[in-house]
Amino acid sequence: MRSVSIIGVGCTKFGERWDVSLRDMIAEAGLLAIDDAEIAGEQIDALYVGNMSGGRFIEQEHIGALIADCAGLSRLHVPSTRVEAACASGGLALRQAVLAVASGYSDIVIAAGVEKMTDVSSGTAADALAAAADREWECFFGATFPALYAMMARLHMRRYGTTHDQMAGVAVKNHHHAMYNPIAQYHMEITLDDVNRSPVVADPLHVLDCSPISDGAAAVVLAPTEMAAKLADTPVRIAGCAQASDTLALHDRRDLTTLDATVAAGRAAFTQAGIEPRQVDVAEVHDCFTIAEILAIEDLGFVEKGQGGRAAEEGMTALGGELPINTSGGLKACGHPVGATGIKQAYEIALQLRGEAGKRQVDEAEIGLAHNVGGSGGTALVHIFTR
Amino acid sequence: MATGIVSYGVYIPRFRIRLEEIARVWGNGEEISEGLRVYEKSVPDLDEDAVTIAVEAARNAILRGGVDAKRIGAIYAGSESHPYAVKPTGTIVGQAVCSSSSYTAADFEFACKAGTAAVQACLGLVGSDHIDLGLAIGADVSQGAPGDMLEYTAAAGGAAYIIGRQDLAAEIEGFYSFTSDTPDFWRREGMPYPEHGGRFTGEPAYFKHVTSAARGLMQRLGTQPEDYDYAVFHQPNGKFPVRVSRMLGFSKKQIEPGLIVPLIGNTYSASCLIGLAATLDMARPGERIFVTSFGSGAGSDAFSIKVMDRIEKIRCKAPSVRDLIAGAEYLDYAVYAKHKGKLRI
Repeated sequence: MRSVSIIGVGCTKFGERWDVSLRDMIAEAGLLAIDDAEIAGEQIDALYVGNMSGGRFIEQEHIGALIADCAGLSRLHVPSTRVEAACASGGLALRQAVLAVASGYSDIVIAAGVEKMTDVSSGTAADALAAAADREWECFFGATFPALYAMMARLHMRRYGTTHDQMAGVAVKNHHHAMYNPIAQYHMEITLDDVNRSPVVADPLHVLDCSPISDGAAAVVLAPTEMAAKLADTPVRIAGCAQASDTLALHDRRDLTTLDATVAAGRAAFTQAGIEPRQVDVAEVHDCFTIAEILAIEDLGFVEKGQGGRAAEEGMTALGGELPINTSGGLKACGHPVGATGIKQAYEIALQLRGEAGKRQVDEAEIGLAHNVGGSGGTALVHIFTR
Repeated sequence: MATGIVSYGVYIPRFRIRLEEIARVWGNGEEISEGLRVYEKSVPDLDEDAVTIAVEAARNAILRGGVDAKRIGAIYAGSESHPYAVKPTGTIVGQAVCSSSSYTAADFEFACKAGTAAVQACLGLVGSDHIDLGLAIGADVSQGAPGDMLEYTAAAGGAAYIIGRQDLAAEIEGFYSFTSDTPDFWRREGMPYPEHGGRFTGEPAYFKHVTSAARGLMQRLGTQPEDYDYAVFHQPNGKFPVRVSRMLGFSKKQIEPGLIVPLIGNTYSASCLIGLAATLDMARPGERIFVTSFGSGAGSDAFSIKVMDRIEKIRCKAPSVRDLIAGAEYLDYAVYAKHKGKLRI
């Protein structure tokens, strides 16, 4: 297997992009990435795109061919594949692209992610997202995603003494980080009080504990590491790439307060990279709800099980802390266009390792991690990046 | 020759429902009312509709101005809840206010801005000397599906403006419109309740159109927000007009007299025309008022208005907006549902 590196990245502004379509956004992100990599279309061997539900959100499937067309690559007959793993679709597209390059089948490969979610009503969007849960055994009985994560939160609170203020602290921190990220959906500082006073969605989760509905696209360009050194000034190596599955339904899990798929993917990625969790300098984790960031940093081994709530409270995971988490603003404040999120995470870590993250730059960041989850934990992807 | 407002009249049904009562039924918390900055909304009586409300408002306008209704050469009634799909509201109003038959009439629909569009049409006919006086009306008994966010604000009310060239209570110095095909809110033929695009009704619809029309007019006239004593913006809820006024550089003090939505809800075609009436109720001669409507679909009409001496003479001859808001009778949700025809038997 060949070592793989990122040689170019691009990301659109995330948010309610009323003025653009899915194809506009994917073209914008793709152009930014190939501009950054300084490559030409003819050099591209393959495309992978993560997209959760073009069919439900914009009544458009066949997103693979669509993005090849938008990129002007259809006449070159470049193979283009759409992959789907709910909110982990972006992370999965990155992994497919990594596998294509590592295997030697392809050299220059684009991994992209895109979602246009605001063309439908919030009810339709919520129902499309609910398709990531077990429709027959969860949704038909009234479960929604906030409700599923609320159950995890309640048990975590009861078992480990985690408080809602600690969860709210994750939202406050991530909104603060987003202030420094020009592509973030929200440039708005919030307080613990704001979170606590926002309407309850599913007790204990309030509106401001939840990631928003967003539009956006992101793309990264991959190449074999040995080629990357010639093609880019500051290539970012993908040292670990792992994927794991778990039961689709939350109630079938071994433990409601642990995402075993995250644990498995994390361990595999760390082993592959030959790195310990404590060596990571910066990480983007899947904070679809505030409790999800707390679970993620525990399940990835950054803190002990049950200690995740204290990490945000004590400033460990803030910019300037021991391990800054979600410097982009995370899903919470940078936005969560579901198919694009996994690629945006890689984009953010690449900027951090290249030293190009501006005011949110983590000093001397050398090792970064991206963690992307599908549904309530049926799929998890972990990528580890090094300079 | 200057054209403008000869007289104005308003009508608001006396029934109200508190938003907390609607929230009680649908299981929503008090934060809905706080979030919308609306506390109660007007409810029509069992036998009131957009026509009866238009008639009451027109009668108040004629009464206030002491106008001979036979001078009215055009009646344009704007509403999104005309009781008939085919058969004009304007003719019923004309008959009721005893105008001659020598007038033209048509009904307007442009979501919440049909009333200001009617004002513009009258300004055209009056300004070109084709007619002596024009009667422009915005009146609605707006609909909100049970439990929908719209139900918290969809209210009832009407405002009528007599537009002419002489004896002006206020001169309309100029207007400017901004219109685009923006599907933020709609109701199809035969459907009892409108649908809306949720948050899409905000930035790309209300804020884009209101700010574009307002800025367009100020640019055309070479005016600034500080040149105006008062400002009135369409009031779908209590938050949007406050935010848009801040975006444009108007102060809270400028919009306060015309901000009536917290007490009566969104009266749709009448909304900013009632806000203007509330401002005319207290404005002094020489003062200037900036008005911008918004109608979904979408468009905004902005007006620059200068209050004239005659306002002092006519102001007290018909009920003020505050008079009409006072003395409300509160309904519970069950009786409100009966008034609004939500119960189908």
